[in-house]
Amino acid sequence: MGNRCAVIGVGQTHYTTKRMDVSIAGLVREAALRALEDAGLTFKDIDAVVIGKAPDLFEGVMMPESYLADALGAAGKPMMRVHTAGSVGGSTALVGASLIQAGVHERVLVVAFEKQSESNATWALSTHLPFNASLVVGAGGYFAPHIREYMRRTGAPDHIGTLVAVKDRQNALKNPYAHLRIPGISREMVESTPMLWEPIRYLETCPSSDGACAVVLSSEQAVTGRPAWVHGTAMRSEPIFRAGRDTVNPQGGKDCAADVYRQAGIADPRRDLDVAEIYVPFSWYEPMWLENLGFAAEGEGWKLTESGATALDGDIPWNASGGVLSSNPIGASGLIRFAEAALQVRGMAGEHQVDGARRALGHAYGGGAQFFAMWIVGTDKP
Amino acid sequence: MPSDPLTADHVLEFPGGYTRTTGPVIGRFLTELRDGRLMGVRTAEGRTLVPPLEYDPATGEPVTDEWVEVGPAGTVTASAWVHEPRENHPLDRPFAWALIRLDGADTALVHAVDAGSPKALPPGTRVRPVWRAERRGHITDISHFAPEVTKIVSPVSTRYRLTASPSLTRFLEGVRDGVLIGCRCATCEKVYVPYRLTCPECGNPIAGEVTLPDTGTVTTFAINNLPDPRAPEVPFVSAYILLDGADIPLIALVGGVPAHQVRQGMRVRAEWVPAEERTLSMTNIRWFTPTGEPDVEL
Repeated sequence: MGNRCAVIGVGQTHYTTKRMDVSIAGLVREAALRALEDAGLTFKDIDAVVIGKAPDLFEGVMMPESYLADALGAAGKPMMRVHTAGSVGGSTALVGASLIQAGVHERVLVVAFEKQSESNATWALSTHLPFNASLVVGAGGYFAPHIREYMRRTGAPDHIGTLVAVKDRQNALKNPYAHLRIPGISREMVESTPMLWEPIRYLETCPSSDGACAVVLSSEQAVTGRPAWVHGTAMRSEPIFRAGRDTVNPQGGKDCAADVYRQAGIADPRRDLDVAEIYVPFSWYEPMWLENLGFAAEGEGWKLTESGATALDGDIPWNASGGVLSSNPIGASGLIRFAEAALQVRGMAGEHQVDGARRALGHAYGGGAQFFAMWIVGTDKP
Repeated sequence: MPSDPLTADHVLEFPGGYTRTTGPVIGRFLTELRDGRLMGVRTAEGRTLVPPLEYDPATGEPVTDEWVEVGPAGTVTASAWVHEPRENHPLDRPFAWALIRLDGADTALVHAVDAGSPKALPPGTRVRPVWRAERRGHITDISHFAPEVTKIVSPVSTRYRLTASPSLTRFLEGVRDGVLIGCRCATCEKVYVPYRLTCPECGNPIAGEVTLPDTGTVTTFAINNLPDPRAPEVPFVSAYILLDGADIPLIALVGGVPAHQVRQGMRVRAEWVPAEERTLSMTNIRWFTPTGEPDVEL
């Protein structure tokens, strides 16, 4: 795994539908300055900047890293951009961590963002090229059949997705940065919303958010403040069209989890981890990823959700922050998971803090559930 | 029979307009306005009045002779929308009368705001004066106020010339002729459709073609309730269809059956458009429609 790496600063913007008061540059800077403030540092203390976001065609700003260098104090420093679709926030953190682990830099600023109010995401994901007759209507249209197949295979009752939609929004009420804050959120409220891409209901989907997230990563000797130590990092990908590909329980996700658990010495994730921030943009992905990530046996993930084990007061809280279901600035959503995992083991998650959390998993996936990024962070030095 | 009452239009207007003496306070304000500056006057209590008054309405005392430059930007505190402007209104299109507190002022000025729509002018909106080219020392030296620039439209357009790959061209030729062309990887034996030249599983080149039937099984599907130009109606079913003999499903419409009667495991067949209407395109298959055979165990 190389040299030790720690998260020493976390900064987030308040996620919301429209941040009309700032440019994209202003948005990323806000998160970066908060992360630096958390670490007690300034741009002068940063050796390199790594930035991540979803496809350029979303906001139509090509190579945004060039335009954002000034806003992130990157003039004269190495700066690079990462792109792995929806998992990009996680991959960006891992690229930043690799620069510390490899001994290249002492401190790296990692930033990810999306300004969905300026973005035309569904259009950008469904450009109708000549000769091509794709029938996928946005991300929901792509994932709905795989959710249906999960329900068929496992016999999970219909209300499991509703339970997740309610649980994550209840958690969001405890997170001041969360976008969707719905007082009195209930099963009845979720079930009264229309099917968009059956079996996915409106309130079982993530919102479109403006927002940015930043973390400051540090080598062991450059640590300031309260660190979250990186115990393991892993990325995997797989082709979207391949005979025998299991789109419900992708091999890439299983392999990625096995790798990160091995590095961190995790034998049983449900027992050995205290909290997990998992990329769940559609509610049914909680039970699906519970199985993919080994928290439950195949076919049993929905039972864990139903038992309340993943609730804030359960034995393995998932998405204490409210998750992607409550805030989704796409490019940043993965980094928010990684950052929230770090906040938990630093004991700095505020009202949604899981008591005594010492080891946490951050997870992101993207594309057609084909790109995976994960890290495990802990209170103790690895 | 009573006759119609006598009526006539009448304009009561002193020719050329009244003359008015401004006094030192209003005169200073208008003189500065002619120079393109917005000025306020301080009261004895330290408040800045814009537009200035000669006597402080709060105390009745004369205002001081201390002047401060304010604005030019300001904040709308309230507004009333004028749907149909009158002849002597400052703008010939719908606009708002607004109370504008200029930066540095403690009171608000009434002026017109060209905002496009009443929704664009909530309290708190930042506005700036649009000056007339020729000023003469009158409040109408400011033609109107306009919201600050907060967003722009940035057109992005890139023109491509796309050439279909040889394998996709071959597949579409088959679709034009009413045949679905796939291929079998010699190494891992998997059958792919559409036809392709390398195996995504093992990376080996693929040589031979396989002709697949236009029948298959729905493995899973979504019922889409959002409209799409490629779908005939809402809701529509987009399904993964595993053609008989293939190892990877195609995504296609299912039609000819109500959306909620589509099932996983349902047997379907391609419904082709008439031969004379076919092109090098997947639109030659209108959709897949149930065959009526028993469902397949998945």
